[in-house]
Amino acid sequence: MSVHLADVPLWAAILAAFFLVLGAGLALLGTIGLVRLPTFYQRIHAPTLGTSWGAIGMVLASMIIFTAASGRLVLHEILIGIFVTVTTPVTLMMLGRSALYRDRSERNPEVPQFGASDADDDTAQGAS
Amino acid sequence: MSETIILAAVWFAQIALAMAMCLCTWRMIAGPRAQDRILSLDALYVCAMLQLLAFGIRTGRTIYFEAALIIGMLGFVATVSLAKFLMRGEVIE
Repeated sequence: MSVHLADVPLWAAILAAFFLVLGAGLALLGTIGLVRLPTFYQRIHAPTLGTSWGAIGMVLASMIIFTAASGRLVLHEILIGIFVTVTTPVTLMMLGRSALYRDRSERNPEVPQFGASDADDDTAQGAS
Repeated sequence: MSETIILAAVWFAQIALAMAMCLCTWRMIAGPRAQDRILSLDALYVCAMLQLLAFGIRTGRTIYFEAALIIGMLGFVATVSLAKFLMRGEVIE
């Protein structure tokens, strides 16, 4: 399927352009945070800007443009939005736990150690 | 008129996402540890997926949407298996 961008009405074009700039700008901001923040546990928060509103903004812009240009409801881009929103917390929690495991097994003084709060692992991770 | 607005926004989005991918690559090279490299790989594939979405808007074809969906699914599996490898030393036990 192929559409022409000239068929998009002006209000839809302005709305889609706003969401495109918002999404790409937030993705760029997240990676700037990924480069500039000092420790891993701070860095792990930064790219979620790009995976939450970054992805949703781009997906919304794509949905608006394809819906307005083809004259019927085009919603299949929402699959990407749902998938990214659901999978990002899973991957980042697993990555944070493995990083915490590695830091603890090396006795890194910056993280809470085994035995300090071993009974409740989640509070130890939140405190780090 | 509307085509000009959309193409300008897509141009900005592609430049911004390309800069984001460069920053992710820099963090992947600089490290300092394996978990930083996996995190930057995760951010890199999300940026590549958004780049493909922007490319699909520019060309007006829906085939790029399917490529973006495949990148999203494979990137999720890759990041989960790499995190599990860091934790356990092997992927499938």
